[in-house]
Amino acid sequence: MDQQTQKALDQAFKGPRFERRIKRRNLVDKSWASSISIGGVGVIFSVLLIMFFLVYVVAPLFASAKVEVRGDYALPGASQGQTLFYGMDEYKETAMRITDQGDLIGFEVKDGSLLNQNQLPLNGATITSFAKVNEKEKILAFGLSDGRLLLAKYGYEVGYPNNVRTIYPELSYPFGEDGLELADQPITQVAARVNDSQLVLVYQLAGQDGVEIRQYDKVESMLSEEVALEEYDRGQIAYSGALDWVKLGGYMRNLYLVSKSGLAQYYDISKAGLPELLQTVHLVPEGKEITSLNFLLGEYSLMVGTDDGRILQWFPVRDQQNEFSLQPIRSFDVKGDVVNFVGIEHGRKGFVTLDDANQLNLFHSTAERNLASVQFSSPLRYAEVASRGNGALVETAAGQIYVLDIDNEHPDVSFSSLWGKVWYEGYGSPEYIWQSSSASTDFEPKFSMVPLTFGTIKAAFYAMLFAVPIAVMAAIYTAFFMEGKARQSVKPAIELIEALPTVILGFLAGLWLAPYMETHLAGFFAILLVLPIGILLFGFSWSKLPEPIRLLVPTGQRALLMLPVVILLGWFALSMSGPIEHAFFNGDMRHWLTFNAGIDFDQRNALVIGFAMGFALIPTIFSVSEDAIYNVPSYLVNGSLALGASGWQTLVGVVLPTASPGIFSAIMLGFGRGIGETMIVLMASGNTPLMDASLFQGMRTLSANLAVEMPEAEVYSSHYRVLFLSGLILFIFTFVLNTLAEVVRERMRRKYGSL
Amino acid sequence: MKAWFKEGEHWVWFSAASVSISVVLVLGLLSMISVRGLVHFWPHEVYDYQLKTDDGQFEQIVGELHDTKLKEFKNQQTGVIEKIPQFLMKVGNRDIYGIDFRWINTTDIIGRQDRLDDDVTVIERFEYGNVYGHLQAIIQNGEIIAEQEQVLPMMQQLVSASQKLYQQINRIEKVTLGGINYQLEQLRLDQKKFEAEGRLNAEVQATLDQQRAELNAQFKEQQSILTGLYSEFNQLGEVTLRLAGGQVIHVPFKSIVRFWLPNNMTMTDKLGFFFNSMGHFLLGDPREANTEGGVFPAIVGTINMVILMAIFVTPMGVIAAVYMSEYAKEGMVLKIVRISINNLAGVPSIVFGIFGLGFFVYIIGGSIDEMFYEYALPSPTFGTPALLWASLTMALLTLPVVIVSTQEGLSRIPTALREGGLALGATQSETIMKIVLPMSMPAIMTGLILAVARAAGEVAPLMLVGVVKLAPELPIDFNAPFIHLDRKFMHLGFHIYDVGFQSPNVEASQPLVYATSLLLVVIIVSLNLGAITIRNRLREKYKALDN
Repeated sequence: MDQQTQKALDQAFKGPRFERRIKRRNLVDKSWASSISIGGVGVIFSVLLIMFFLVYVVAPLFASAKVEVRGDYALPGASQGQTLFYGMDEYKETAMRITDQGDLIGFEVKDGSLLNQNQLPLNGATITSFAKVNEKEKILAFGLSDGRLLLAKYGYEVGYPNNVRTIYPELSYPFGEDGLELADQPITQVAARVNDSQLVLVYQLAGQDGVEIRQYDKVESMLSEEVALEEYDRGQIAYSGALDWVKLGGYMRNLYLVSKSGLAQYYDISKAGLPELLQTVHLVPEGKEITSLNFLLGEYSLMVGTDDGRILQWFPVRDQQNEFSLQPIRSFDVKGDVVNFVGIEHGRKGFVTLDDANQLNLFHSTAERNLASVQFSSPLRYAEVASRGNGALVETAAGQIYVLDIDNEHPDVSFSSLWGKVWYEGYGSPEYIWQSSSASTDFEPKFSMVPLTFGTIKAAFYAMLFAVPIAVMAAIYTAFFMEGKARQSVKPAIELIEALPTVILGFLAGLWLAPYMETHLAGFFAILLVLPIGILLFGFSWSKLPEPIRLLVPTGQRALLMLPVVILLGWFALSMSGPIEHAFFNGDMRHWLTFNAGIDFDQRNALVIGFAMGFALIPTIFSVSEDAIYNVPSYLVNGSLALGASGWQTLVGVVLPTASPGIFSAIMLGFGRGIGETMIVLMASGNTPLMDASLFQGMRTLSANLAVEMPEAEVYSSHYRVLFLSGLILFIFTFVLNTLAEVVRERMRRKYGSL
Repeated sequence: MKAWFKEGEHWVWFSAASVSISVVLVLGLLSMISVRGLVHFWPHEVYDYQLKTDDGQFEQIVGELHDTKLKEFKNQQTGVIEKIPQFLMKVGNRDIYGIDFRWINTTDIIGRQDRLDDDVTVIERFEYGNVYGHLQAIIQNGEIIAEQEQVLPMMQQLVSASQKLYQQINRIEKVTLGGINYQLEQLRLDQKKFEAEGRLNAEVQATLDQQRAELNAQFKEQQSILTGLYSEFNQLGEVTLRLAGGQVIHVPFKSIVRFWLPNNMTMTDKLGFFFNSMGHFLLGDPREANTEGGVFPAIVGTINMVILMAIFVTPMGVIAAVYMSEYAKEGMVLKIVRISINNLAGVPSIVFGIFGLGFFVYIIGGSIDEMFYEYALPSPTFGTPALLWASLTMALLTLPVVIVSTQEGLSRIPTALREGGLALGATQSETIMKIVLPMSMPAIMTGLILAVARAAGEVAPLMLVGVVKLAPELPIDFNAPFIHLDRKFMHLGFHIYDVGFQSPNVEASQPLVYATSLLLVVIIVSLNLGAITIRNRLREKYKALDN
């Protein structure tokens, strides 16, 4: 190197410009390092975000309710008289109170300031009995001392006094202000129900032992809006002894006559003229007393408050003989001794209780949850839950009203309702049920994860039954016996299945395989028999062939030789379908199954899923176990062969034990994939949430359920969160399976490293 | 024999057979999809059967033979269940017969079972499916202008004229009028925005009104052109055909997509028809609740979503991989992260779907709406399933594929190369950017292609985050900003699910579903083969470097 060059170099690598360049490059390097680190951590973090997000959505399901006392004030307006009824508008702005003096008092919920005050048209009579008639139509019934029955409809009207928007409660009288004249004596007990076409009254008059039943048809006048009533039928029930509650069920059919001692008579009054006594039963244990009684939402379940601090739920259950009887369903405990009051929620099957320990408790019936307890300092008399369940009014015996704010979004979901058997109204026994929506309005959604989890495992199990033997055997042959060149084309060919969109497999399974299998059922079972026997016979006869022919196909090419054999055997078995059905199943196996064997048959069943999804699982299991077997060190194999073991003996004695962790992890991975597979089950399983392990029935899996119901679930409703919970279950399940597989594989790799 | 079993020979045969079974299943599946998919494009012969039904009536059935099966019947006299072969005939003429397809008993057929109907003409219509019949006459303005032999040449002319007119009308309706409508909608939203921000004064209102008036004028102008075209379209007249059974059907030329004489075609004609059908399938719009016509919007939707996804997933995946293999310190944490990312590939795709719906659509989309599109509320702009959210969800779903593949590529680059770079004075970032990343480009490409193949085939998560059965507009068009991230789109995989399972006319739609499946399989298999080829080349290359 001449001096000039040296000098130029020295100059280039020295001086401020050089320093600046180095500085700049270092700066660039540092900023790259930090931005890539930030970016990388960010990406990894966002990936992990998925799990946290699922938990974040699911968590509110299990939170208990928050109850907060917002304020209290003295009873507004005329405070004399007992409260019969409280009502609150949807926005918790305005409330109404009706007393047994016939006063309607409207007041603002937040501070109790009086809005309006009205009198019921009693015409000098007094109110002697009261009943809620129809929650949805907002109709109340008042039995009067002069034998009249007044039906009133309450509602809320918007007015603008002084330009301030105010909501007033109002009463109207759809059946006239005069009421129905039933008798001359006071009406001491009343129960009434009304629907679109009928009105049914059940009442007791003062001094009389029996109970009267009246059934009316509603006749709408052509000219005016008035509705006239025409008596349709009437009847009587003889009853002696104390009668403390008359309760009529929501479908105008179930009548309960209950006394404080717990004795209840259960009548069917669907024919008013011929009331039928179905059952006489004690609702509470001997020696205990009923202290309060109310229907749960839907007017089907009786909630019985007792003087030993319990609330018992009873409802009519239909038995095998199609007869109804009242059954105790479940019970709830409160702190106090006497349950003074049971109030209900208006949108769901929850209820609120007041007891003599001055405690308010919030429950949900089917979820069996005690959601909140609030302790008050003075005795309590009445509680009314807001129609959206987000607040309540509590009246104390001293004439004070407490306003409560309630945050109680998901009372209907609990661990026991998700995973245990629940006895729902209208069912004969506790069951696992998934039924998230229905056409009727007072429908209670039923969220049991059990049928879905069961369906998921069932689908995966049948798929594995088909996939594991084929995939593992194929992996053994490909890795151990097959020649290198053939292996290089066979392996990608089988792995290609993994790339196939599962929607195509699902479509073929649902629309081609399922109907085909239905008509060739016997043939498919014949395959199970014909294929192994045929292969065995073929193999054995091959070994008897003269040596020159046998040597034409070495062990490594037997798969090629088997191609036509497998096709022929399969074709043979399927074409045997008709003859077999004729010989054994009276010509049709499907009919035979249903009528002779008593097995229900769905066209889209577990057998179809087993084949279709099993097919989709083959590449996963095949690929990983093939790698595991192929990676067994060759000196182990050679050693065994040199000692005189046959190919298969080497495989079983040496190769498989070494590769077994790999095969295990392959099966885990396959199972994980089967659990989460969506499109195939969605399209070929029938999607009915059954609890039946039968091969010939369908199922609904967690993943297919998500695909079906997620688009329709209302955001942040219980349904939405329960669906997210099933997503979380899928996530955790597959994550655990995959991690297990990965850990096993990792350990195996380390073991090979040492070998 | 004992020795044979003892040596485990039977197991060897079983395992060999397992390989054969797998291969037979794969090949069988692929060939079934191919055959059934391709048959859809081939002109079917049209048969002519005379039937004698049970009540002694004679009936003529003209149609394509689509399927056969054995149906059980109880013999009225003997009470024995008999299996009778049945043909599934596509008889078309849905507006006359009510149904396209019907099963006929082959035992009812009088005469040969392979009798072709000579000179039968099949007309594909925009509505009510195909017509099968014999040409009679062409009528224009109530007058017969062609009969018998003159019909065919004249019909060819008129049909090609109607096709040209249809294209013109279509362009005006979709592109020009669609564009004007889009601008009008934008104006409406602008006005709402100004109102919401309280900036709507007389001046602004005036400019808005002026713009609106201009657009309306344009709209009117285009509409008058359209009216002219339509009257021309109507004046093309109609052709009458005699159907099986003697009825006469009038088919206006404006409703004809194309027509052919299947039984008079030569092999060349058939091949021509085959490729023509394919063209119609690939480039046409779906008709009749997706059961007829083409899948063009679904192809565009799929490609759009996949490209957008690739744009999201590539930087994310590469940065995460580079961080993990070049910058992060080896240790327990990294190992756990690596396993987690590996496992994410095994998490069911539907879980990504609900994450996309809950997080992207409702939370992110909802906040975007509140911040930027408040004026349009309560109708959501981004707070609803859309192209953007679908691509993001799929990007998340395929992220592990890209990360793992890139990491593999990075780990295959010999350390010597990195050390060489550093030894020559390059900084770490320079080494990575100029040596390591360019060399691992094929690995990144492999990952990307695999990700694209997976995204193109996934359906379950897309059902929740943006795919619809029929999108009124393509997500990409000629109106600025050209790609509309807030639109819903169609997808080939979902198309298969929807047409196969939700369509009212299952038999009519099956051929189309097979064709769509074939298209999807071809796309995905070729993407995978491409990825495998690139991967193999890459391995060869580094083998040479290692030595």
